[in-house]
Amino acid sequence: MQRLQRHITGARLFWLFLFAATWALSQYSFQIYKALDARWIIRFPKKYQLSLDDVISGFLDWLVNIANFWLFTFRDLTRAIAWVIEIPYQFLRNLLIEGFQTGLGDAAVQIAPSLSWVAVIAIVISVGHTARDWGLAALVGACFLYLAVFGQWDSAMVTLASVLVAVPIAAVSGLLLGILAYRMLWVEKLLRPILDLMQTVPVFAYLVPVLILFGFGPVAALIATVIYAMPPMIRVTIVALKGVPGELLEAARMMGATPRQMTWKVLVPAATPMLMVGVNQVIMLTLNMVIIASMIGAGGLGFEVLASLRKLDIGGGIEAGLAIVLMAIALDRTSQAFSERRLWRQRTGNLMQRHPWSMIVILVILATFLMGLVIPAVQSYPDAWIISTGAFWSQAMEWINVTFFDTLEVIKTALLRGVLLPVKKFFVGIPWLWGILVTGLIAWQVAGWKLGVVAALMMGFIAASGLWDKAMVTLYLCGVSVFIALLIGTPLGIWAAQQPRAGRVILGLMDTLQTLPSFVYLIPVVMLFRVGDFSAMIAVVLYALAPAVRYAAHGIREVPLHLLEAGKMAGCRPLQLLWRVKLPLATPQLLLGLNQTIMLALSMLVITALVGTRDLGQEVYIALTKANAGQGIVAGLSVAFIAIIADRIVNALSDNQKRRLSL
Amino acid sequence: MKHLSVLTAACLAATPVLAQDSSDPIKLTLHDWSGQLITTTLMGEVLKEAGNNVEYVQADYIAQFAGLKTGDLHLAMEIWETTGREALDEAVGSGSVVNMGQTGMMAIEEWWYPAYMEERCPGLPDWKALNDCAQEFATVETAPLGRYLGGPVTWGGFDEERVEALEMDFEVVHAGTDAALFAELEAAYQRQDPIVLWVYAPHWAPAKYEGSFVAFPPYSAACYNDASVGMNPEAAYDCGKPTGPIWKAAWAGLPDQWPNAAKVVDNFKISNEDMGAMVADADLNGKSVEEVVAAWMAENEATWKSWIAQ
Repeated sequence: MQRLQRHITGARLFWLFLFAATWALSQYSFQIYKALDARWIIRFPKKYQLSLDDVISGFLDWLVNIANFWLFTFRDLTRAIAWVIEIPYQFLRNLLIEGFQTGLGDAAVQIAPSLSWVAVIAIVISVGHTARDWGLAALVGACFLYLAVFGQWDSAMVTLASVLVAVPIAAVSGLLLGILAYRMLWVEKLLRPILDLMQTVPVFAYLVPVLILFGFGPVAALIATVIYAMPPMIRVTIVALKGVPGELLEAARMMGATPRQMTWKVLVPAATPMLMVGVNQVIMLTLNMVIIASMIGAGGLGFEVLASLRKLDIGGGIEAGLAIVLMAIALDRTSQAFSERRLWRQRTGNLMQRHPWSMIVILVILATFLMGLVIPAVQSYPDAWIISTGAFWSQAMEWINVTFFDTLEVIKTALLRGVLLPVKKFFVGIPWLWGILVTGLIAWQVAGWKLGVVAALMMGFIAASGLWDKAMVTLYLCGVSVFIALLIGTPLGIWAAQQPRAGRVILGLMDTLQTLPSFVYLIPVVMLFRVGDFSAMIAVVLYALAPAVRYAAHGIREVPLHLLEAGKMAGCRPLQLLWRVKLPLATPQLLLGLNQTIMLALSMLVITALVGTRDLGQEVYIALTKANAGQGIVAGLSVAFIAIIADRIVNALSDNQKRRLSL
Repeated sequence: MKHLSVLTAACLAATPVLAQDSSDPIKLTLHDWSGQLITTTLMGEVLKEAGNNVEYVQADYIAQFAGLKTGDLHLAMEIWETTGREALDEAVGSGSVVNMGQTGMMAIEEWWYPAYMEERCPGLPDWKALNDCAQEFATVETAPLGRYLGGPVTWGGFDEERVEALEMDFEVVHAGTDAALFAELEAAYQRQDPIVLWVYAPHWAPAKYEGSFVAFPPYSAACYNDASVGMNPEAAYDCGKPTGPIWKAAWAGLPDQWPNAAKVVDNFKISNEDMGAMVADADLNGKSVEEVVAAWMAENEATWKSWIAQ
């Protein structure tokens, strides 16, 4: 009895009551509406609905067509930015694929050809070796060789050009903004909601405005990519800088470091390992955007994937998708290696001895250029040597489809009936007024009354925009997917941390999943599970798994050694060590992982709309296909608000936990 | 169209010599389906023959209108009556985009079933026979109703209304994209499972899979607008879907900057049969878009030369 009483605390009662009341209301909302004849209980009254989308569309029109700052218009400004970004991009494109020429059409005169494929591979091998060793050089070289052998070279070089422009812009501006936020509290406060918006407003929502402002073509795609890829870099920078040990800062201060020295000689170097997690994310997200970017004119591998899948050429889609993955792996490993490289050896001797790689590369470029004039195969990879695995994939897919469909159908039906449909019914049944109240109450209980009010207001906005039902479907789909992703991802992450060898495989797999365009596996998933919520859920789980695994692994690995020693001294067995020491101490990281999992699940929403769901993602997608900027932004904001509420609640939980552990 | 030619005429009048096309490249938009790539490449190649410089730009089907309005893009070759009309009208209404007329191709859209279903549902393609064996098409989510896989919601099509008006025992499920739609068809076809879905032509699917369109009561404008017309006196949409032309659209500045090219674009006409054959050649026989276009141009030299000459 006493034990029972100890468990019934005020907080627990509160949660129990809240859940029971929500469940009851959700179950009987329809009956209540019928009994009271009050339709407003289940539907937000039409006449009070906000028409914010028209206002936003109108504002954008004004911004694009009328707004001016005396000397120039807003559009001149954005076009100027686009022009500046276009310069390095066009140069890289010429260098890698198009060659340099003057004049147009028939009058065109080629000044110099692009780098030959042999030369590009030589360059990446040399970069790989310089960054670390022959192992990395071989890996990077093999990745690029794949591009040539599987006929992806031309598209891949177009994508590489845009990645080489987008990643530095996103990483450097992310780092600078992060440092600024670390130095000045108000910047951090200002940035947080903006970051949430950048990360959670679906790209499709701002695609139309970006196109209008920055002009059609690759540059607009680049800018959308930077907007999408930068937030994790800022977030990670802030966390990393805050994690620099106080003693180190103290020591630097005692030695009289100026603020600038403090930043660049102490903080940033000390935080580099963590910062590289951010760079890794930027690269992954940039390559993630490749598909969407290709929809608005970036071309490249993304276009290859889209076009193949529209023909249901699954093999072609997979080959192009893998090309994106391999490029991501090559870029990521190289950047990691550079960050870990401590010593820049000074070489002596003649030019060749001092800069062996630069010299070799220059020689290769010259040699292939000259040979390319005579033997075309040296300049561009000959079509006859291209390998295609298309037939294999189509046959494999057909075999799986014909052999396993019935088994899969049974599993799917069980999951649908047992989990998805009941949860959906629960969420969709919640009357909007109670939903707003409950969100407020949860936020208040976890993070104080301020967040409670904000959360309630945000949910109110969604209801007032007439998107309540779609928002509830969103919650259900994301909720179930995030839950399943954590269920699979956390143990995988723990395993990866405990066993470094398995860890390397698992983390590699996660990188693959995150960079493999979801479209590539979406189509086979649809073939096996048909259009519907189930296919959408699988796609979201596959995509959102990565952060759950990665942060779990990171959290477990970062547990201070002395605490582990203390645990061992106290006689903990390995399993106890995990449960009693590692997991509690890793909770803040695990929660950060949860946070990122939710964010990614939400950002995947629009993609699931491509399969056919009835959630906010669909609303955004409809807005895009109708080029209705206002509608897209309102729906995008609704997604963002859900994300922000979730983020704040999870963060508050993480803070509470940290306080409890006095970290 | 009328004020377009007035514009052209004004230009001609302003310059004493014959109007010259600008040497700037005309930017044509490419989307992600082969038919459109073929149409656009064909147009581009013919424009090159006519002495213009062209550039192909990758762009989203609907998002491209933003570019056409500002003049970042110049010419879009396939705006389907059925899926793009709304956006096209909106853009033309803004005054910055002009409708360059029909491409000659007609879009057909209708419910479609694979040939092996004829055994299981005697009486097909009649829609009543389809309705009689709706059970065959049922799945866990839709039972006891049959499952009809419709196109993305944005395609419209009034399928919910049609099911309601014809009192059919079907539930409409919307695919999110074209690719998802045909992925399901491919999978069902491999297993020889029942499926009835939205298929359109010109497209590779009717060429690759054996099957037919369902025969609904024929479409008429009255059937869509007037509830009393058709077999259900109380509801509209109690008939099949209309067919519609595929339009060309251009930036409003195109006829000024490239008057001769504008005429060539205006003259461009191609039939469903020619296009269907080319699409099948590209998607099913694995030829590249360039090869297919070059082959057509070699065979139909008189046709495309007449577009330039007129």
